[in-house]
Amino acid sequence: MSPILEIQDLHVSVEEQEILSGVNLSVNAGEVHAIMGPNGSGKSTLASTLAGRPEYQVTAGYAHYRGKDLLEMAPEERAREGLFLAFQYPLELPGVRAWQFLKAAADAGRQHRGEEEYSARDFDRMLREKVKLVDIDPELVRRSVNEGFSGGEKKRNEILQMAILEPTLALLDETDSGLDIDALRIVSDGVNRLRRADNAIVLVTHYQRLLNYITPDRVHVLLDGRIVRSGGPELALELEAQGYDWIKEAVEAGESL
Amino acid sequence: MTQTYTNHPAYHADYLALAEQLTPDRPDWLRELRAAAWERFDTLGFPTARRGNERWKYTNVRPIAQAEFGLGAADGNGRPDLPAGLDVKPSFPDFPAPWLNLVFVDGCPLAGPNTGDGAVSTLADALAAGNGIAESVRANLGRHAAFDDDPFVALNTAFLNDGACVRLPDDSPEPVFLNIAYLRQSAATVAYPRTLIVAGRNTRLTVFESYLDANALVDGGNGAGVSDAAPRYFTNAVTEIALAEGAQVSHYRLLDESRNAFHVGTTRVTQARDSSYTSGSFARGMALGRHDLSVLLDGTGAFCSLNGLYLTDDTQHMDNLVSIDHAKPHGISRLYYKGILDGRSKAVFGGTVLVREDAQKTDAQQTDKNLILSDRAEVDSKPSLLIYADDVKCGHGATAGHIDADTLFYMRSRGLDPETASRILIHAFASEIIDSVAQPEVRDYLDALFLDTVSSKTLPNLGESGAASGNKSGTGSGSKNPGSGRRLGGD
Repeated sequence: MSPILEIQDLHVSVEEQEILSGVNLSVNAGEVHAIMGPNGSGKSTLASTLAGRPEYQVTAGYAHYRGKDLLEMAPEERAREGLFLAFQYPLELPGVRAWQFLKAAADAGRQHRGEEEYSARDFDRMLREKVKLVDIDPELVRRSVNEGFSGGEKKRNEILQMAILEPTLALLDETDSGLDIDALRIVSDGVNRLRRADNAIVLVTHYQRLLNYITPDRVHVLLDGRIVRSGGPELALELEAQGYDWIKEAVEAGESL
Repeated sequence: MTQTYTNHPAYHADYLALAEQLTPDRPDWLRELRAAAWERFDTLGFPTARRGNERWKYTNVRPIAQAEFGLGAADGNGRPDLPAGLDVKPSFPDFPAPWLNLVFVDGCPLAGPNTGDGAVSTLADALAAGNGIAESVRANLGRHAAFDDDPFVALNTAFLNDGACVRLPDDSPEPVFLNIAYLRQSAATVAYPRTLIVAGRNTRLTVFESYLDANALVDGGNGAGVSDAAPRYFTNAVTEIALAEGAQVSHYRLLDESRNAFHVGTTRVTQARDSSYTSGSFARGMALGRHDLSVLLDGTGAFCSLNGLYLTDDTQHMDNLVSIDHAKPHGISRLYYKGILDGRSKAVFGGTVLVREDAQKTDAQQTDKNLILSDRAEVDSKPSLLIYADDVKCGHGATAGHIDADTLFYMRSRGLDPETASRILIHAFASEIIDSVAQPEVRDYLDALFLDTVSSKTLPNLGESGAASGNKSGTGSGSKNPGSGRRLGGD
């Protein structure tokens, strides 16, 4: 079976400046991958590029999603095809009712798959279940999307959206940052409940602590726009203990050879 | 009163003709009022944006002055027929009982649908009525809307003929709901609708006052799709509202004139002690629109809440001039206007809150926010505070911004196409004002009307990158951020 995500030699520039310089990555169904790296290494750029952020320009390489050319697709097409990005900084949508927004998003995917739109009643029922699943305050879905939410509430709302859209590939961009331990546990539990044999999750994170709650199958270290090390969960622990400097040094030494 | 010389011969001829036609039972004081108003207009002339004329700085009315709109056939005391095919009932706001209706075409009342009673009638009927009603009209007509410094009010008063009159006696127990529709029919003409509302002590009144193009109603499309045929005409409307002690008035005003129309409207409100005035001023684009709303808080503890929503497109121009005069202590005022601008349209917002020396403990807030959908649209927003009391709480602010590119990407990343996402954002922006309408039937009507406009809008200018299909390399246009850094709302 072909991987859910296959990235080869991906180069990405933002405003003429190259951020990713040849990323290779392959993610199979049923797997959780963690992409770690210091600030500015290109982690968020990778996630945003995969989601189709317009100002991120791919200058070389490819990214295939379930065998299709991902980079050809508009952001909304990617979403409808089952790709989901949990934003590092979720946007506030003043005046846009969460209920309306979530239903529009869910219906866009259903229509794309040739399914009927949700009836209001069915959507309500489904929403109630998901709210329970990710342990979010039900009051939040009665308000405008993210408006006046705390950082933790916004992150949890992202996980709620993920639960509703049931993505095949979920990209979580620093979803752990800014969360206290309780919120971290709630978010992690939500993610763990959404793990399935037929989907995949890519966690982008600066810190190892998220991986105490979500055990990854593979850990990758992104440095200066390239994946320089890949390994099992033990790699994350190594990074936690020693920081990123030793990898930097090793890479520099390796490259100078 | 015949003048040997006039600066405005066409208007003067119409003025004299109207005086001939008016029935002789019109009171002398009204004739004198009209004569004084004519003289004042003739002296003032149409306003210009000359230096120092702040009230007209951003709005050029030369097209109105040059067109020399004349009175149409429906002047005098004629009862006009509705345009063929116009079914009044479903075509304009048809609110269920207990709403009363007053419908005018080109300034003259329609006999059919009017359901006025003693408290609600045409102005002409009120002037002819006994029981002190005519005296009450005399005591208020022209008192709240002074024409000394205002040529359009002067012109309206000079041509004062008919309109709507509401006179709620003190302590009337039942709330009154009134729908006043001023339809326009004839191209190349002017109408001078006049509304007088006197809300007695502790009375409650809700008024929906609309200015509509009857021709568009015939097509049944809320003006959509008839732009080529949309008539050019001029409406010069004046509304005077007096609130006695403890009166509560909700006043919704809809401007939905022909796309080629000119409209200059003036609303003057005087509030006594502990009265409450809530206004919603809604405008969809016309060639040139202006609403000059001025509220005088002339009693202790008066409250006013003024909301507005304006949509402009093409080369339309909409000017909202809003003034709140806190003359007495403990007054509260809230001013919140929002605009959505597209095409090469232009909007003007001039808000002035004056807090006089006596008006201690005043609490005043004014805000104007604009959503700009096109690079070529322009807004001149000037909120200002003039404070002469020292113990007050006042604030003001104005913003203008595009649809934020990051926000749009966020919505697209959830599967919404850019058009749907933009429509949701535009509607959310507008609905904050529409939701402030208390009456559900009015709110639903406005929501449908404005949502309809929003839905028919083309995709706002997102730059090439926003609408591009993906982030594949090559064109070089993809790096442009269409949001240009200005974020709207939520801040």
